[in-house]
Amino acid sequence: MKHLRSIAELGPDGLRQLLELTDHMAEINRRPVPKVPALRGKTVVSLFFEDSTRTRLSFETAAKRLSADTMTFSVSTSSVNKGESLRDTIETVAAMGIDAFVVRHQSSGVPWQISRWTEASIINAGDGWHEHPTQALLDCYTIRTALNRTEGFDGLHIAIVGDIKHSRVARSDVWAFAALGARVTLVAPQTLLPPSLAGWPVEVVHHIDDVVEKVDVLYMLRMQRERMHEALVPSLREYTANFGLTPVRAERLQEHTLVMHPGPMNRGVEMAVDPSELPGSMIAQQVTNGVAVRMAVLFHLLGSGSGLAGDPA
Amino acid sequence: MPDSNLNAATPPDGGVFHVEAPTKTVLGPDDLRRAITRIAHEIIERNHGLEGVVLVGLQRGGVWIARQLAEAIARIDPSSVPVGAVDVSMYRDDVGLRPLSPGAVTDIPVNLDGAVVVLVDDVLFTGRTVRAALDAINEYGRPRMVQLAVMVDRGHRELPIRPDFVGKNLPSSREEDVRVSPDGVSIATAVRS
Repeated sequence: MKHLRSIAELGPDGLRQLLELTDHMAEINRRPVPKVPALRGKTVVSLFFEDSTRTRLSFETAAKRLSADTMTFSVSTSSVNKGESLRDTIETVAAMGIDAFVVRHQSSGVPWQISRWTEASIINAGDGWHEHPTQALLDCYTIRTALNRTEGFDGLHIAIVGDIKHSRVARSDVWAFAALGARVTLVAPQTLLPPSLAGWPVEVVHHIDDVVEKVDVLYMLRMQRERMHEALVPSLREYTANFGLTPVRAERLQEHTLVMHPGPMNRGVEMAVDPSELPGSMIAQQVTNGVAVRMAVLFHLLGSGSGLAGDPA
Repeated sequence: MPDSNLNAATPPDGGVFHVEAPTKTVLGPDDLRRAITRIAHEIIERNHGLEGVVLVGLQRGGVWIARQLAEAIARIDPSSVPVGAVDVSMYRDDVGLRPLSPGAVTDIPVNLDGAVVVLVDDVLFTGRTVRAALDAINEYGRPRMVQLAVMVDRGHRELPIRPDFVGKNLPSSREEDVRVSPDGVSIATAVRS
């Protein structure tokens, strides 16, 4: 495999292999000196056309722990401000001898477009509303380790709550969770669902109280405040009343239920409880696992040559 | 690492060649058990006891041998020996040239500072895996000494590495395929395709 642009491209077998490889990386991260020489001499560039804290730092940490060199491209200080096109930017950076691009862009499909212009590997770190595959991988790894589900998610019930329509995290998670065998329920008002859910392996309910006692994983999405002007929900308070995780609802969760959030979270909106007081909160663990998962992705794309064992040599 | 390409050619009319490589058994299961017992004695003799000795099997072929060695040592000497496993994939000099075998995670149960580490592997060939293992265990401390135990030394070293404990010296050609399992040691003449 050369690129990681979507969960579909990875496929169920690739997903499982990457999760297994992540165990190796998690072990490296637990060492006193969490660094291995595996990707010496490889160069990874992060190209972020959109703001990010955790994803960019997570990728850079991952690359450094594998001894790859990293370069950061931030749009605000680049020649993009002088009108340089995306293609020229990519070709310029690629000409410096780059092995992988980690790309976030506000337009869906940009990772596919870029892969036509360069020989380097492309890793999608979020394209528009479309996909965010490494987030889905780290979510799967978090559930896999926290609930000890090495074999798959058969019989697990996962609810994804919130703004599905604008969420690339939801689009990647739905396919990844389903590929591992979980039952996925979307919880959102009609206005925050995509116009069509044809072909999605999901059920839909319109109230969080319908699922809160039943699910094994409650996945809260960020309510994107910047979308409030579109008037998709009457008010943030009403959103919290119908879809937020309130202290009353937190009491009703099963003991083993995991609460997850991709961050950055809106305290008092979708998370109306302090996550540090929730026993099932995986939010910090998700960030920790993110580094290990991204190490696995980088090593898989840049380090293991013809792919993982089992692929044709 | 056996070369899977050798048996993977395709005949001109499609389909797959079925190559029955002549296989010769070199050690039977009993010979293998005796070799492990002998190496166990040699490890105790060389180190004047078991003070600080840690067995570390190389993933994957060395891990079960390290466990059996620990059992053999336990039958001779009551003091028990810690057993670990090390995955060297991230330390190889040919990263990017060969596939990685997943699911074989490093597990070093004790701090290796001042320990006598006995690396254990099934087959010693070019020595490159052992070199990678030396790098890998360095991350877990600074051993006082590192020794190497292998079930089969088949020659063809590419690095200045020699074993301290050997089950069987087995002169081989580079094309041959040496396999070690609890059932014994066998050598197959690989057929050139």
